[in-house]
Amino acid sequence: MAALNIQKGASSHSAYDLRDPNAEIIESHTLAVLVENEPGVLARVIGLFSGRGYNIDSLTVAEVDHLGHRSRITIVTRGTPAVIEQIKAQLGRIVPVHDVHDLTVEGRSVERELGLFKVAGKGEKRVEALRIAEIFRASVVDSTLESFVFEITGTSEKLDAFAELMRPLGLSDQARTGVAALARGA
Amino acid sequence: MSRQMTGARMVIEALRDQGVDTVFGYPGGAVLPIYDEIFQQNDIKHILVRHEQGAVHMAEGYARSTGKPGVVLVTSGPGATNAVTGLTDALMDSIPLVVLTGQVPTFLIGTDGFQEADTIGITRPCTKHNWLVKETDQLAATIHKAFHIATSGRPGPVLIDIPKDVQFATGDYVGPKQIETPSYQPAKKGDLATITRLVELMETAERPILYTGGGVINSGTGASQLLRELAEATGFPVTSTLMGLGAYPASGGKWIGMLGMHGLYEANMAMHDCDLMIAVGARFDDRITGRVADFSPGSVKAQIDIDPSSINKVIRVDLPIVGDVGHVLEDMLKIWKARGRKTNAEGVRKWWVQIEQWKAKNCLGYRGSDKVIKPQYALQRLQALTAARKPYITTEVGQHQMWAAQFLHFDDPNHWMTSGGLGTMGYGLPASIGAQVAHPEALVINVAGEASWLMNMQEMGTAVQFRAPVKQFILNNERLGMVRQWQQLLHGERYSQSWSESLPDFVKLAEAFGCKGRTVSDPADLDAAIQEMIDYDGPFILDVLVEKHENCFPMIPSGKPHNEMLLGEAATEGAITGAGAALV
Repeated sequence: MAALNIQKGASSHSAYDLRDPNAEIIESHTLAVLVENEPGVLARVIGLFSGRGYNIDSLTVAEVDHLGHRSRITIVTRGTPAVIEQIKAQLGRIVPVHDVHDLTVEGRSVERELGLFKVAGKGEKRVEALRIAEIFRASVVDSTLESFVFEITGTSEKLDAFAELMRPLGLSDQARTGVAALARGA
Repeated sequence: MSRQMTGARMVIEALRDQGVDTVFGYPGGAVLPIYDEIFQQNDIKHILVRHEQGAVHMAEGYARSTGKPGVVLVTSGPGATNAVTGLTDALMDSIPLVVLTGQVPTFLIGTDGFQEADTIGITRPCTKHNWLVKETDQLAATIHKAFHIATSGRPGPVLIDIPKDVQFATGDYVGPKQIETPSYQPAKKGDLATITRLVELMETAERPILYTGGGVINSGTGASQLLRELAEATGFPVTSTLMGLGAYPASGGKWIGMLGMHGLYEANMAMHDCDLMIAVGARFDDRITGRVADFSPGSVKAQIDIDPSSINKVIRVDLPIVGDVGHVLEDMLKIWKARGRKTNAEGVRKWWVQIEQWKAKNCLGYRGSDKVIKPQYALQRLQALTAARKPYITTEVGQHQMWAAQFLHFDDPNHWMTSGGLGTMGYGLPASIGAQVAHPEALVINVAGEASWLMNMQEMGTAVQFRAPVKQFILNNERLGMVRQWQQLLHGERYSQSWSESLPDFVKLAEAFGCKGRTVSDPADLDAAIQEMIDYDGPFILDVLVEKHENCFPMIPSGKPHNEMLLGEAATEGAITGAGAALV
């Protein structure tokens, strides 16, 4: 914007500048998108986000109904309320999309992510890593004399906190699945 | 009962079952089996184009002038990539197209084979949906699905990529009745409670306006009829986007002209000052809204649209109604009549007094000349000399397009074809051929600028070959007129690359193509030239040399609201400043 000499909050914005820099609140929403499991459906969803400039914080996808050819895509995205509404409408427009659920507004939901963390170290640090892993109920899925791989499931925040604590103890690598989510209750 | 046949035969069989009479296409290695089948039948006419982009625009012209889907057949690789501009154009303007592309055989996909391109990947963002068919057994069902998706809901282009081995192989044919699209179920009927609330507002509104768009035309002629009935019965003024011209007749009593960046003063002022805006199949494009923050600040806004994503995309509306325009208008009228056909007659009467005052500005006024042909005058004469024939009009993109929208009058839907959303120069000539092929006896005119026209001029060969007597009405100012206008208003009169040098002699060009041409530069000769163009039995190029520096007004400069239009020869220097200068 600076190069074009448009001041922040200038009143002369047009349709090209829909984002009101002064007011709107950015919200994080978790969307569950049920899709026909056909080739290219993930590319359609991702292409929509990149083509229209929406954010993806996390994305997971897997087949959930083999006989019915259904997959479930869970997307965590951010935007103003108007942008979130537009994202949902645009997703709904994709031909192989069956349903779009906004788990953030449709009642309470459970969100979980799985992470694998490799921590390399010796002596005191190694013992401390194991102690913290116990507190977080992480399990050891691989072990050598100089390293552990921990597996941990929880909210993204819990995984963030675990990684933060492991960093000074020799965290050398991590892999995370992204968020899977379901509405609570029947 | 299924029948066995090759994939190539299936394509013809499926097109026939879908009622297709015309295909626009260009052969190549990866579609040869299908062309072999075309050779062996007479039900489907094939129009051989000169460039694949032309094929897609022709199919658009065919589709928009008939309401039926346009069908295109091209080869793999460059055939498919040349079609991309047309696909994007059709997506932006919601035109139903079924595009069939050849592909290298399945066993060569991914090997960078000769004329291989990732057609599905390339066209994914510029189609409503697309498919790569890897099994011949799936081909027929996919084609039927494609027609259903292209023509239902919000119409749009779809593409089917067919590898050559799938065309050769044998499989089961299924008919159009056996297909299902469980994940695709567009809504038709609008929510009755919301429609009733809208009717309540219509009963009390003092300054109502019907803001109509291409959705009315896409919904079918029934929707246009209902719109006319609604406007006449309520007395509400009607304005339209570029795409919606003809849905309500320009000769109708409630017509106040096109709105938007080059819309009429009265239409834009009415949009700005209304208290109830009823958007009917229109999507608040940035050419319509001007500065969003100041768009029609005092109105309650209702929007009828079949596409949920069109609602609240640009402008927040108070009453969203998702449904097909025809169905919703029908319910609206039914409810309004059942409640006693009430309007705020006194309020609406005063509203019309105000609108008449705006009309009195005569915003399309221009300085006439007896020495040089003014482009506006050329269009007025074209209108006068052709109106009785109810011509189909196509345009290219630029000043001439806006002048055509302002000065030509459309009394029927499906008679006006222009590239609205994408703004594709080179659209008009092929589109005129497509419309002419669909209506062989009709008068079809492409209002063009010389620069746009050159972009797809090779299609004159198609017009001559298939005896499509399209009239090319070129307003030749030897400039990229709209670019020049913006450079004058925005860029200190530095006319960077906006003149057309080394233009061809259009009369000789016409002769070279095997048709007829004429140049006219004297206003006194204009009528005779137009008459010769109309009377000539074949394609005709009329090269109208017009005033070179005429600007198109009214104009809402970028970043300005509706009530800050530039009119006529008003001082325009420095009209667009600050943030507006950055906008397109």
